[in-house]
Amino acid sequence: MNDHAPHADHQHEHPTWKQYKWVALWLTVITVFEVWIYYTPFSKSPMYAPLLLVLSATKFIIVVMFYMHLKYDHKLFRALFTGPLIIAISTLLALFALFSHQAIPQ
Amino acid sequence: MASAVAHESHEHTHYTTTGLDNRKVAIWAFIGSECMLFASLISTYLIYKGKSIVGPFPHEAWTSPSGQIFKPILNIPVTSQSTFVLLMSSLAMVMALDAVESRGKPGYVGTIKGNSKFWLAATAVLGATFLGYQAFEFTSFVHEGLTIKTNLFGSSFFTLTGFHGAHVTAGVLWLLTLLSIDIKRGLTPKDALLVDICALYWHFVDVVWIAIFTLVYLIA
Amino acid sequence: MATTAATPTFAPPAAASYGQTGIWSWITTVDHKRIGALYLYTALFFFLFGGLEAGMIRWQLALPNQHIVTAEQYNQLFTMHGTTMVFLAIMPLSAAFFNFLIPLQIGARDVAFPRLNAFSYWVYVLGGTFMTVPIFFGNAPNGGWFGYAPLTTMPYSSGLNIDFWVMGLQILGISSLAAAFNFITTIINMRAPGMTLMRMPVFTWMSFVVQFLLILAFPAITIALVFLLFDRFFGTQFYEIAAGADPLLWQHLFWVFGHPEVYILILPAFGLVSEILPTFSRKPLFGYNVVIYSGIMIGFLGFGVWAHHMFAVGMGATADTVFALTTMLIGVPTGVKIFNWIATMWGGQIRFAAPMKFAIGLIALFTIGGISGVMHSSPPADLQQTDTYFVVAHFHYVLFGGSIMGILGGIYFYFPKITGRYMSETMGTWHFWTTFIAMNLTFFPMHFSGMLGMPRRIYTYDAGQGWDTFNLISSIGTAMLILSTLIFVINFLKSRKSGAIAPNDAWGAGTLEWSIPSPPPDYNFAEIPVVTSRYPLWDLKHPERTAGIAHSAPDIMTITDAHAVPVHEETGHKTAAELGIPMPFNTVKPLIAAAALVTMFSGLLFMHKDQFAVAMTITIGSAALFVGTLYAWLTSPLE
Repeated sequence: MNDHAPHADHQHEHPTWKQYKWVALWLTVITVFEVWIYYTPFSKSPMYAPLLLVLSATKFIIVVMFYMHLKYDHKLFRALFTGPLIIAISTLLALFALFSHQAIPQ
Repeated sequence: MASAVAHESHEHTHYTTTGLDNRKVAIWAFIGSECMLFASLISTYLIYKGKSIVGPFPHEAWTSPSGQIFKPILNIPVTSQSTFVLLMSSLAMVMALDAVESRGKPGYVGTIKGNSKFWLAATAVLGATFLGYQAFEFTSFVHEGLTIKTNLFGSSFFTLTGFHGAHVTAGVLWLLTLLSIDIKRGLTPKDALLVDICALYWHFVDVVWIAIFTLVYLIA
Repeated sequence: MATTAATPTFAPPAAASYGQTGIWSWITTVDHKRIGALYLYTALFFFLFGGLEAGMIRWQLALPNQHIVTAEQYNQLFTMHGTTMVFLAIMPLSAAFFNFLIPLQIGARDVAFPRLNAFSYWVYVLGGTFMTVPIFFGNAPNGGWFGYAPLTTMPYSSGLNIDFWVMGLQILGISSLAAAFNFITTIINMRAPGMTLMRMPVFTWMSFVVQFLLILAFPAITIALVFLLFDRFFGTQFYEIAAGADPLLWQHLFWVFGHPEVYILILPAFGLVSEILPTFSRKPLFGYNVVIYSGIMIGFLGFGVWAHHMFAVGMGATADTVFALTTMLIGVPTGVKIFNWIATMWGGQIRFAAPMKFAIGLIALFTIGGISGVMHSSPPADLQQTDTYFVVAHFHYVLFGGSIMGILGGIYFYFPKITGRYMSETMGTWHFWTTFIAMNLTFFPMHFSGMLGMPRRIYTYDAGQGWDTFNLISSIGTAMLILSTLIFVINFLKSRKSGAIAPNDAWGAGTLEWSIPSPPPDYNFAEIPVVTSRYPLWDLKHPERTAGIAHSAPDIMTITDAHAVPVHEETGHKTAAELGIPMPFNTVKPLIAAAALVTMFSGLLFMHKDQFAVAMTITIGSAALFVGTLYAWLTSPLE
């Protein structure tokens, strides 16, 4: 491996301390909300699963953007992450669709 | 492309085309690959959801042929706590990186904000706590009659969360390694990259859990 | 040959310029060129081994009702033939070129992580041995290279055979993944100043696409194999139909990996051909951008076609239609490349040297395989062809006619760069024509035997079904193929010692690797060149060829490295120390780490006999050794 003393590239902006704390707060709030809603009658609603997916996608995105500072980092990293992520999610959805469809009725 | 930044080494300079460090490029490629790894695991879990022939089940009660009653096995309150712990470990992780990057800056010297050892240790401890929760969860499931051999849910659940747990374990070891370097010689802003790549890995493991928590635990 | 008559600028004995000799220097090497050479030799060995397995198969099938091997031996032979050719021959042959060429083509002194590179090689060679040795004990994997579960689960395959296969593939996957992260980083980050993405040689570009296919395809099979391993050893139920498991889970996960794998096998050969054709047509590649973009398209679409391997399982009309359409679609960028190559030759001053013959051979043979592939994309047609010899004919035209022809062309083309000597042109011509004829003799009749209904993977057959003649022709072809490969091996070994001396630019090519001595010194480039076009050497020597190509105009470069100079031919022959270039230390740690990793997986074999304690002792012990070595490795300086 490359063992040279690193020299981080500081041309780009960084998320700040304040942002870190806000992100943590939002993550907590969303998680608490998710768990709370799990115990409400809304969890029987057809809108429950989509809502939860949106909420967890939101958490996913803010962690990636701020904690993994992709928002502030070189665009190359964004490509290295989103490209594979898109392929992974598409594969997951395709597999899910393929298996939830029974070709031969049992 | 020409925005090259020389990398300080002992005496000579090392040129990289993008000016970015090789290790950071490699860790992002690795994280990309890990997306596919967890996508395969999560797909299998979802495909097998509701396909188990015998219980215990994650969200439904089950009465065995012998009349024994099994509650829904997932323990949402406990897992919510462990989820919170892992989210907070990510906060501690960014604090650790910030402390190393800002070493010596005003407001960081002598304060908790600048104490990278504290934040690294906190991240590792929170990670270990998460693992503790997972160990508790696994053992209580086994007591309640769900093992990796019981049914499709057991097989796919333990494998998925076990793989995640193994990633957390590797992360804790990595954090402890950084902590020992910090204690031995002190991490300086020049070492920020070492912390940064560990942090990227750690946060990735965290976002995987965000997905697992919703898909496995909360959506029945 | 005209080029050899020219006086070389210097004539070092082969390998002398590497500075170090002796077996220990090879075991501890971290030099990408040496690792490339190790990959080449090892993969050629496995290629011959896999070829002999095929020879046994064809011997058995030459005549009806033969019993040269038993059904069980036959299962092991076809399984190991497929597994060996895919994982131990073609992929590592491509890896040999990745290693040797990528740094040279982008103007770098080494890969991004030289020691990780050595680790990849050692994991490959140990994993390959792990998987191959059992055949001598009648214990080789016998479930087909696709290892369909539940057939490979314990109730149906209770021997150690499948365990070797499962563990072997996991080990090889680690090798491929480690190498892929390394090359992605190398191509992104180690390019010489001015080597923009759209100036990169096409081989490097195709390799770049392949690395992404690797990092995204291997996780799927890794997980499928983990499930299988757990089912076999720990009693999980992933493939246990009685417990409600879906019999298609393995097939889907395997082909999510398996189809990108097809492009992993072919794209490097496409890259090599895209280097050879312009050189011997003395004309830039036609439609460089289109070749690159179609390569990227193939990479993306490659993840959306996997279920066309599964039309026969009854996925339903919707799924069949979608995958039929995506499969037809992926034929387009592939076809585009064929036309680009033909247009490259069009109007060129073509020189039919051995590499060029193989490159043209690829275009012809791959096209046949490509067309029969498009035939399979139609589900109704596929239902007739699936599991018959027609499919065997198809993928051998693609893999032998495509990958192997391209790789052989690449070996003739780059042999002078690797060894400093040319391969014999006469023997090369003989090799090409015998291979070309024998290849068609072997695989073309399989179209007919397949259409007549001969199923794959049967160890013998009755006479009088219309298959006899076609099988005999196929077997005669295979015998010829073995002889033609023998010509190649003799040529390879003889030319290494006594071939004509090659100059820097052995063929009059245009890319960077030809600007440095043959074989290259361990530091590659004494001075890092600043690149201003796609064919920098042609700009110097044949400016008329590159006039008018976009991206070829010299531009203003910020030279950030003190040693960077314009592209030039390097003729000096100093050592790294004389030039003050720091070189990575040789180290044995990657080999130890690789050995620990392979032992870790081997330990699990004891689970088979329910010797849990032994298995865990070996596995945990070697895991600890692995982690310890990794710590020692990461804390010791590279150079």
